[in-house]
Amino acid sequence: MKKVLSSEITSESIYKSRRSFIKKLGLSAGSLMVGSNFFFNNSLEAEEKDKLTKYRDIVSYNNYYEFGTSKEDPSENSEKFTTTPWSIQIEGEVDKPITVSYESMIKNFPIQERIYRLRCVEGWSMVIPWMGFSLNHLLKKVSIKNTAKFVEFESVYRPKQMIGQQSNILPWPYTEGLRLDEAMHPLTIMATGLYGKELPNQNGAPLRLVVPWKYGFKSAKAIVKIKLVKSMPVSSWMKAASQEYGFYSNVNPGVDHPRWSQATERRIGDSILSPRRPTKLFNGYESEVSSFYKGMDLKKYY
Amino acid sequence: MNYNSSYLKKIVFIVCLWPIISISFVLFTNSFSANPVNEIIHHFGKWTLIFICLTLSISPLRRITKSNNWLIYRKMLGLFVFFYASIHLLSYAGLDHHFAWNIILEDIIKHRYVLVGATAWLLLLPLAITSSQKMKKILKYNWIKLHRLVYIIAVLGVLHYLWLVKKDLTQPMLYAAIITILLLFRIKFKKN
Repeated sequence: MKKVLSSEITSESIYKSRRSFIKKLGLSAGSLMVGSNFFFNNSLEAEEKDKLTKYRDIVSYNNYYEFGTSKEDPSENSEKFTTTPWSIQIEGEVDKPITVSYESMIKNFPIQERIYRLRCVEGWSMVIPWMGFSLNHLLKKVSIKNTAKFVEFESVYRPKQMIGQQSNILPWPYTEGLRLDEAMHPLTIMATGLYGKELPNQNGAPLRLVVPWKYGFKSAKAIVKIKLVKSMPVSSWMKAASQEYGFYSNVNPGVDHPRWSQATERRIGDSILSPRRPTKLFNGYESEVSSFYKGMDLKKYY
Repeated sequence: MNYNSSYLKKIVFIVCLWPIISISFVLFTNSFSANPVNEIIHHFGKWTLIFICLTLSISPLRRITKSNNWLIYRKMLGLFVFFYASIHLLSYAGLDHHFAWNIILEDIIKHRYVLVGATAWLLLLPLAITSSQKMKKILKYNWIKLHRLVYIIAVLGVLHYLWLVKKDLTQPMLYAAIITILLLFRIKFKKN
């Protein structure tokens, strides 16, 4: 994917004023934005505290071990990563495996804006205006067999372009997984962009998963394969440290990481003198997703 | 102490202030990364470990170069360890947790990396308090025994870092290697 120059990016003030302009007119944004259908998360916007994280911070503070383990590595090392052509293979417990190209996804699925909180397992968080489509649009392209209970996501393996894959810091390619019902939930999206622009390489271009009620590492980047499976997949992080990173990894202030607290988080962009914020159960998406986990011991299924 | 060495000592003192100078530069040019509080905490944590290594280097340097000149810097370097460890601790307790002692206490009890870090700082306290020549004379041989705590502090400091890191252990292992070598020197000298 070509590098996005800073001059090409809609300035945040214009971006925000455009949004308030749209709201004042009471128009649906879709009528103004050609080919895209905006989605306003009003409850999130109502909270003045959940201000959008600066674009600069979103694209320079990343965990993407394929490009290195420090926060600055992905933005520095991903420049030469190529994302065209790109397609996703869907296979496993389906009647007929298919391959879907990036172009056809962009063309055929409704691209919406989704403003989500992102909570990293390390104890920091952002508010990101993603562009993308609900994953269920893509999964509905295949006829899923009744035997499918889970979904496995596989990220691209390209050690020549991804310097981090030259070491065995994690089992490559990066894999993640969701329960099928979690994957079908409308909040679960495949992101194609942020701040109204195409997705930068360091954020998982060209297509990444975003599951806003789970810790950030569940949202696999640069996805090339989606596999419907019968039994619970073992993710890269589970292989690397199963005691610390479980399959569910729901954001939960009551269940600490074995080595550090998850009760609070530092919001990126808050003043240096601001306190940490209390972390919300399911990252604040409790009313949408808590029914998924009724009766489950969340300490056991971390 | 002759004129030259006291002059040199002043220069070393100013060089030792580099961690303050460099972070001040970042602060005044507003060139922090996206997470300034973490950056400040990690900055002083890193420099505490570096000063522990520097302090532990004095004895080996003295033996290798067969010169006692190095000794005049040891106390100063040791006090800088305490100084930067204290800023590290203060930025964790103050900036990150706004001195919410119940939260900090819980953090210390529940999480081993915080526990060893806090222990290391507590162990630094008596060393800082007894760093003067006067205390050295009062405590005599006990002073030497007491100040051997620095070996434990060094190990705890590395453990603190090792247990904090999510996956990539390169950096903490680097400090572990340096400190191991510096401690092995001492065993070798003892044998000799």
